[in-house]
Amino acid sequence: MAHIKLLNEELPGIVGLLTYRPETGKPLTELAEILLRGPSSLSSGEREIIAASVSYWNQCHFCHTSHAAAAAAHLKSGPALIDDIKAGLPKTPVSDKLRALLHIAHQVQRGGKNVTKEDIAAAREQGATDLEIHDTVLIAAAFCMYNRYVDGLGTWAPGPNEAYAEMGERMAHVGYIRF
Amino acid sequence: MPHINLSSEFPGIRSLFMFRPETAAPLNALVQAMLHNPHPTLSAGERELIATYVSRLNTCKYCCNIHGAIAQHHLGNNAEIVQRVLADPETAPISNKMKALLKIAAKVQSGGKNVLPEDIELARSEGATDMEIHDVVLIAAAFCMYNRYVDGLATWQPDDPELYDKMGEQRAREGYLTPPFKVVASQ
Repeated sequence: MAHIKLLNEELPGIVGLLTYRPETGKPLTELAEILLRGPSSLSSGEREIIAASVSYWNQCHFCHTSHAAAAAAHLKSGPALIDDIKAGLPKTPVSDKLRALLHIAHQVQRGGKNVTKEDIAAAREQGATDLEIHDTVLIAAAFCMYNRYVDGLGTWAPGPNEAYAEMGERMAHVGYIRF
Repeated sequence: MPHINLSSEFPGIRSLFMFRPETAAPLNALVQAMLHNPHPTLSAGERELIATYVSRLNTCKYCCNIHGAIAQHHLGNNAEIVQRVLADPETAPISNKMKALLKIAAKVQSGGKNVLPEDIELARSEGATDMEIHDVVLIAAAFCMYNRYVDGLATWQPDDPELYDKMGEQRAREGYLTPPFKVVASQ
């Protein structure tokens, strides 16, 4: 049970929080929509991998599994991606550029000042642009917010990966806007 | 030196809003709703104290300074309250309810799962409502985002207290949806 009384206790993770306080729910969903599904030179699958990775590093089960399921829906890769993201993507063919951006995201997750000039240079060597670096930092930062919001209020999350398949499809193909 | 090519005429997060207006819109709408819009029980000054306190815990100079300045302007230009909260909320001249809420904010800053039922109980015993508990968690979580965004891209973070005072006065009065003014770097 969450730390506060939500309107519908059966809604998992962030979903019940968005309807509890729609004035903040609206910009929270608009931010997710533009960051993860808006126009970008990074594919939505790549951006969901960044979101899911940061959520795993923050130990947020709901956010990690749902965004990994969204990545799997975008990449049509099957649910094995969920655990491969936890392991640092040993089996999934992703670009060296994405791996360099994921390192930047991990530094941001630890704290903004951990991002070094060398981390940025390594990403640029793999072809990352200013916009891609900006968006990687903001996605990582934003998930440090969403993860704390979801866990800080003690929301409920389904356990098994399979429970997130339909949610992942909806996040990938319908998106985040609900207000 | 910022990690990406940002305008040198705007400090901190303002340079990032100039760089990417599409993400600036929801980021400003969020802070407007959380910190500036009317609230049934928490004043804007109290909400800004949460923001500046979390920013200090995350050692983000720009965010701590600007939200401290905005808090000061909301609180009748009382610099002492802000300084005392930043130094030690437990001994600051604020209500016991605010002290309990700031404890929750500190827990959120260290990690969402660190918020324990006893932290919530303490806040409730001092009169905190569900809405106040929700809002302190969200404000603390959101500043863990804004602080990482501002530091993660190595934005220009000036030291001039008069500049923060001027920006703070504008934001306390106007909210977060009006354009920022250009600053000339005195470097």
